[in-house]
Amino acid sequence: MIEAFSELFFARYNYWMAIILMLIGLYALIAKQNLVKKIIGLNIFQTAIFLFYISVASVEGGTAPIYLPDGASAVYVNPLPHVLILTAIVVGVSITAVALSLVVRIYEEYGVIDEDELKEAVRGR
Amino acid sequence: MTLIDHLPVLLVAGPIVASLLTLVAGWHDRRLCYPIALAAVLGEFAAALVIFRQVMGGGTVRYDVGGWAPPMGIELVIDTFGGFILATIMLLALMTTLYAFRSVTKEIPTEKTVSFYVIFQVLLAGLIGMTITGDVFNLYVFLEISSIAAYTLISATRKPHAYVASYNYLVLGSIAAGFILLGIGNLYVATGTLNMAELAAMLPGSYDLATVHAAFLFLIIGFSIKAAFFPLHLWLPDAYTESPSAVTVLIATVMAKVSVYALFRFLFSVFTLAYITEIYPVTGVVLLIATIAIVAGAILAIAQDDLKRLLAYSSVSQIGYIMFAVGVANQIALEGGLLHILGHAVMKGCLFMVAGLIIYQTGTARLSELGGIARKMPLSCAAFALAGASMIGIPPTIGFMSKYYLVLGAFEAGLWPYAAVLLVGSLLAAAYIWRFIEIAYFGGHHDEHHRTEIREGPASMLAPALGLSLLCLLLGIFVAVPLEAIGLAVAQLLGGA
Repeated sequence: MIEAFSELFFARYNYWMAIILMLIGLYALIAKQNLVKKIIGLNIFQTAIFLFYISVASVEGGTAPIYLPDGASAVYVNPLPHVLILTAIVVGVSITAVALSLVVRIYEEYGVIDEDELKEAVRGR
Repeated sequence: MTLIDHLPVLLVAGPIVASLLTLVAGWHDRRLCYPIALAAVLGEFAAALVIFRQVMGGGTVRYDVGGWAPPMGIELVIDTFGGFILATIMLLALMTTLYAFRSVTKEIPTEKTVSFYVIFQVLLAGLIGMTITGDVFNLYVFLEISSIAAYTLISATRKPHAYVASYNYLVLGSIAAGFILLGIGNLYVATGTLNMAELAAMLPGSYDLATVHAAFLFLIIGFSIKAAFFPLHLWLPDAYTESPSAVTVLIATVMAKVSVYALFRFLFSVFTLAYITEIYPVTGVVLLIATIAIVAGAILAIAQDDLKRLLAYSSVSQIGYIMFAVGVANQIALEGGLLHILGHAVMKGCLFMVAGLIIYQTGTARLSELGGIARKMPLSCAAFALAGASMIGIPPTIGFMSKYYLVLGAFEAGLWPYAAVLLVGSLLAAAYIWRFIEIAYFGGHHDEHHRTEIREGPASMLAPALGLSLLCLLLGIFVAVPLEAIGLAVAQLLGGA
């Protein structure tokens, strides 16, 4: 029982962490009323996916692919996911920037950043 | 290598360069932006046609970006399906650009027109990239490029409601993109490659892995959100209603179709027909949801008072028709589905253009205030009526032909009750199209006195709308022309090629 649990959880804890983070992010996106907090939730959600990629790439005792002190036979981590996530981070930053600028505009127009109050305000116009 | 060999990469690079050029030229003189944008879109349209001819004549075109052969490098692949979609979206993009000039002048604040045309080109770059890429991660990047551009364009009118619509779309769209990224990650974990052709070759060996199933579900849900497949369409009505008219036309036709294309790509090219029907059967569920989408979207459309919102819900219903083809998943139904991608793009483009014209001239899209509008704007309303007839599926329009093939496909698969739902959907479409027609042609005159000044819209907006409405009819009569490409594309999709 305990072995099965440790096999399921501890041996793959990186995936569990990614899933837990992802759910925290999704929870914030859905349940939080504050528009800025929703964006923070979105960032947590995206970061969880980034960490999932990075943890997949890691190799125990692996070194950076361009730093090979033992020659070509050295064990190194998979560089591709890192490259992909570098791109995805840029995308995430852009999304955050657009989202926050929209929140600024919404606040300027309606004077609220709470979702329920915003719905009232939208209906009122 | 000649210029023709480099066309695939130029298709993506063209709009990006054009957007930078627009920016620089706009700095100098704001009036230079539109000619550059128009020239760029014309060039892209011509390039898309050349590529399409090449694909029809000599088979799939492959291009290694930067000379790096796959799987190391990124590959651009244009097969018959991709070429067909590329030609369709560039036709619509050209029409939208023609339409945009006057519409943008009126709806977008003058100091923002430069950024509008810059982002417009970026959006096109993203959408073209999604259509021709052969690499799944590259597809994600292009998807995000087009999405960010779309979020910005939706709020371009700088109306308060548009910001809220854009924010809601951004949140849902980012969740979708996150799911897609996660799905791609799972595919990479399972196979170690990101190239679509290699994925298709290597995935069958891992079909029993939970990783692959998870990847499949993440991808299908992510793209369903982007394509606004019921019940994941919640962002769509506000986004379509609040954006500037030209942007509505572009995202309702080009962007929606590219999302559906990407979904088809994953369902049939990366995963295969065998996977979605036997190993992880989802077609039954998709068919059920698609029929619900057709009926629910149409009923919601009938209940609307805003013309643009009515058409937006109609889009939810029409996406259902395209997904219906996935649910049936045989040659005839998929031919109908692909024909509907073309047909719906043309007719919805026309309908939204007319809605934009009416807003341009009257300042409102509320049906209750548009009584007797057809007497003031006869040509616009005639275009609406023709495209509306196509939406309902009256022969010999393109809308009739695509629904006819869908029904035939459903019959061939023995799905009689579902075929009946298609007909119900047509009846409901008749109901919501007729609402506008009745108000426009037979509506009251009670506010006639203060709207005598309303006339037809400017010719540069009217001409694309009329052209698209005629195209609805012509494509229906000469349906063999698109079907030649579609038949080949479907055969490739079903063959897993």
